[in-house]
Amino acid sequence: MVEITDVVCSLCGCVCDDIVLEVENNKVVKVKRGACSVGKSKLLGHERIKSPMIRENGELKECSYDEAIKKSAEILYKSRRPLLYGWSSTVCEADKVGVELTEDLGAVMDNTASVCHGPSVLAIQDVGLPSCTLGEVKNRADLVIYWGANPAQAHANHMKRYSYVSKGYWTAEGKKGKKLVVVDVRKTMTAKMADVFVQVEQGQDYPVFSALRAILQGHEDVVPDKVGGVPKEQLLELANMVKEAKFVMTFFGMGVTHTGARHNNIVNAIQFTRAAHLHTKASIMPLRGHYNVAGINQVCTWETGFPFAIEMARGYAWYNPGELSATDLLYRGDCDAAMIIASDPGAHFPGESLKHLAKIPVIQIDPYANPTTEFADVVIPVAVSGIEAEGNVYRMDNIPIRLRKILDTDYLPDEEILERILTEVRALREKEGE
Amino acid sequence: MEGMNVNLISGRTTVQGQNLDSKLTEKYFGEVARCDMNGSDMEKLGVAKDDNVKVTTAYGAVVVKAKQDDGNPEGLIFIPMGPWCNAVVSGDTHGAGMPSFKGIDAEIEKTEEEVLQVKELMRTYMG
Repeated sequence: MVEITDVVCSLCGCVCDDIVLEVENNKVVKVKRGACSVGKSKLLGHERIKSPMIRENGELKECSYDEAIKKSAEILYKSRRPLLYGWSSTVCEADKVGVELTEDLGAVMDNTASVCHGPSVLAIQDVGLPSCTLGEVKNRADLVIYWGANPAQAHANHMKRYSYVSKGYWTAEGKKGKKLVVVDVRKTMTAKMADVFVQVEQGQDYPVFSALRAILQGHEDVVPDKVGGVPKEQLLELANMVKEAKFVMTFFGMGVTHTGARHNNIVNAIQFTRAAHLHTKASIMPLRGHYNVAGINQVCTWETGFPFAIEMARGYAWYNPGELSATDLLYRGDCDAAMIIASDPGAHFPGESLKHLAKIPVIQIDPYANPTTEFADVVIPVAVSGIEAEGNVYRMDNIPIRLRKILDTDYLPDEEILERILTEVRALREKEGE
Repeated sequence: MEGMNVNLISGRTTVQGQNLDSKLTEKYFGEVARCDMNGSDMEKLGVAKDDNVKVTTAYGAVVVKAKQDDGNPEGLIFIPMGPWCNAVVSGDTHGAGMPSFKGIDAEIEKTEEEVLQVKELMRTYMG
């Protein structure tokens, strides 16, 4: 048995990097410290796809890596408008090859931000983001606001490592010296921990942000008695907490990106943070889901200029969320093949979009079988990044952290699979040109 | 009472997250193919824990298990993010790029219909 320290978790955007594991006979046998229950589940492992597979007469049949890679290249090369989607549960090195493949094919490339914090990206492009690192939050924040987010269940270590419960340089007392505010439509596990729970009517976040902005800017007289289901007294109380805090940190989640005004909700959340600057220090950050969704946004941006929903068919990058985001593309039937890597649209896309995924050739690159496997014509199992493969990822505050390789495996890493598909695509083009 | 008009939202849960890489298991099915609602809504519908309920929207219908969570206000139901909730979500983002995974007008009713397993649910898209 070997104890391995400083293991980095490849599950959510927290990317906890202080995990201690026990490994025996090339298996993780115990997670001793550091991981939350969700991360622990990933580190201990799940049933894997055993072999590459190709669908024949409706059934997936085992094949070699070579055959699966060749078949994938044929599907992509023949396609007039392939969609290459996912990219958030793998490392930046693989994502970079993904961009190269997209460019080579003239394909559409989208990542899971488009069903997650895509609206936040649009808002940040619109008005910027006064943000900081999670280290600053830990060391400075004395008022933590979670808005439309339930980290007690979705980012279980977040409060302990970075915010409400953590102890930092100027926050040595931990939660004793801090206040926690939760704004949500339902009383979640996180809301039950809050000093103040603000229950907003579903879809009414925008006017609540507006009311808070008005109060912070000295115009409380324009605020009616109730806004979005929240009494004015409570809004005044919250505004007062903001004014009295030394450092206000707002984290927001899918409760504001998935509904109503979408990106405009986030624009208003950012403007609320700016209004707080009239009184004190304040910062804001999206709670990113996948461990490297921030990384694929980084890679796409430095390679193409845009973070998601990109098409390369024109020979240069074209960006248009709403047209090129994967759910839209599938909903309209605007792609004729799909390569799904490191994500699971079968589980997480609207059924109306999946109807088209069921009609077109689908390549799946993933360590695990999942609902997307049901649509796949080629299945390529891969090494689990952060356990069997190393590489760089970006935490939710855009801090790069290197995932470590803990276990040996015969599975190939995403990066190598993608490089081999790209090589095969180029060989097919060369052959056709002869 | 027949059916009831409600507002549907989705989101993460701990057990859903623990089974992100094992979505074909009973554990995932038990966690995600369910609908949380206020106790008084359950009373109005005449359903008890683990009774089957049918949730219908303009985009589809899905059968899930009822579960009480009084953290939800009356008229708001929660289905954990995943294949069952997405069976009734629209693919149309109205140009915004983001589907409405929350704030969906829905009708909920008690049903004797069975909850589909994940593979059966995926097959319904293969018409």
